[in-house]
Amino acid sequence: MVVQALAFYLFATVAVIAATAVVTVRNPVHSVLLLILTFFNAAGLFVLLGAEFLAMLLVVVYVGAVAVLFLFVVMMLDINFVEMRQGFLNYLPIGVLIALVLFVELAFVGATWALTDDKIAVLAHPTPAGLTNVEALGQLIYTDYAYIFQASGLVLLVAMIGAIVLTLRTREGVRRQKISEQVKRQRADTLEIKKVPVGRGI
Amino acid sequence: MELLWDGYIEPVVWIVAKILAIVVPLLVAVAYLTYAERKVIGAMQLRKGPNVVGPFGLLQPLADGLKLFLKETIIPTSANKGVFIIAPMLTFILAIIAWAVIPFDEGMVLADLNVGILYLFAISSLGVYGIVMAGWASNSKYAFLGALRSGAQMVSYEISIGLIIISVLLTTGSLNLSDIVRGQVGGIWEWNFVYHLPMFVVFIVSILAETNRAPFDLPEAEAELVSGYNVDYSAMTFALFFLGEYANMILMSGLCVVLFLGGWTAPLPVLEFIPGAIWFFLKICSVLFIFLWVRATFPRYRYDQLMRLGWKVFLPLSFAWVMLVATFLVVFDKVPA
Repeated sequence: MVVQALAFYLFATVAVIAATAVVTVRNPVHSVLLLILTFFNAAGLFVLLGAEFLAMLLVVVYVGAVAVLFLFVVMMLDINFVEMRQGFLNYLPIGVLIALVLFVELAFVGATWALTDDKIAVLAHPTPAGLTNVEALGQLIYTDYAYIFQASGLVLLVAMIGAIVLTLRTREGVRRQKISEQVKRQRADTLEIKKVPVGRGI
Repeated sequence: MELLWDGYIEPVVWIVAKILAIVVPLLVAVAYLTYAERKVIGAMQLRKGPNVVGPFGLLQPLADGLKLFLKETIIPTSANKGVFIIAPMLTFILAIIAWAVIPFDEGMVLADLNVGILYLFAISSLGVYGIVMAGWASNSKYAFLGALRSGAQMVSYEISIGLIIISVLLTTGSLNLSDIVRGQVGGIWEWNFVYHLPMFVVFIVSILAETNRAPFDLPEAEAELVSGYNVDYSAMTFALFFLGEYANMILMSGLCVVLFLGGWTAPLPVLEFIPGAIWFFLKICSVLFIFLWVRATFPRYRYDQLMRLGWKVFLPLSFAWVMLVATFLVVFDKVPA
């Protein structure tokens, strides 16, 4: 148990420090790298909670895919630090507002927790007894709420098609390689054998 | 004091010993993989390969390692120092820690995770960071272009690898690597590659691309990018990239063996007296031989064709296979419990 507690404090401390650093460091690439570190530590916390499936998904989806895209975009940016600091005061009020809303919400969660008498009863059960958490999640998603899950999949599909439609541009005069045509090409399409009489040419 | 020994120190000593028992042979294997590569390609090109240092050139990898160790580590002045140093370490660490879940024999595994295959997938999806970070931190055009190519390539091929893993999992019914192997006990006709033959081929090609090996070694295309993301690295920082890359090759071969070639199981029931770990080793060697064989045989792909192969050929193909396998299992009522 002591080891678990130590691991928790390690993951939690690194996560909090890294998350703070995400918003304070100057270089956006460092920000993204620290964000990845935060994700990673959050995954560690999931493992400690006994939700190893969610932990792996967090790493595969967020760290392995989403953050890679972030990193690509940020690395391509031509960053001007002076310009970046100019808008700071303009955006300050709205930033503070959002932070305040989040803080109040978190405070509500904490307060409900503190005011509940029977804390065991409201504990979220990680998994029903006798099931690994992959099976438990699978049952929830694909058996109990299958239609809602499919519907959310459709929403994502629509979003994807929308993104493609918005960014698709067909340029004139682009010569693309058509592999099927190349493969289909027969000898007769390209080669013609001519008899050339001596001294006359074609 | 006794509590401290029994409760903490002893388990820690045990775990460290187990980790060393995996990592040390792995590093030796990496060293001799480079030797095997040079020998195999040499033989295919009618050369001798390394044959000067030691008998049959067997000490060549050690000499190479020593050389890299003694060189000076140069950090370019315009480089982003922290990230520049961390990138090779990350590549190396990721290539090592993935081995925690690989079962070498029945019960011979460091961490028998229930989500073992997801863990492997997660770790291999992190591999792109080492390369992208190196390319960016070097602050050089060649390195950056190499890193971008590599990043795009690894992300693309990961998707088809994921789908292939899913179709194998559908027939196995477990995310645990040991269970996947146990589902293939009984001889060569029980191994997954018999049932998933098209996906086995796609998987082999995808792991070539995932590990940035020839014919998909565009990130380090010597002709156009000098040497890609690691062009500014020297000495041990370069050695860590090198070790990581080859350890990844062995890892991917190991994954291929576990998923398709029956892990530690013997190909014929009469051969079961030979220990499983030896079968596992032999199978990994044969997959690695394919890596080397391909490198000596095929010319490098063009970049757009590489992307086309990943997105327009492998992705639909592996998707169709997942559908086919799932439908088959449901229709014939063969879904594993």
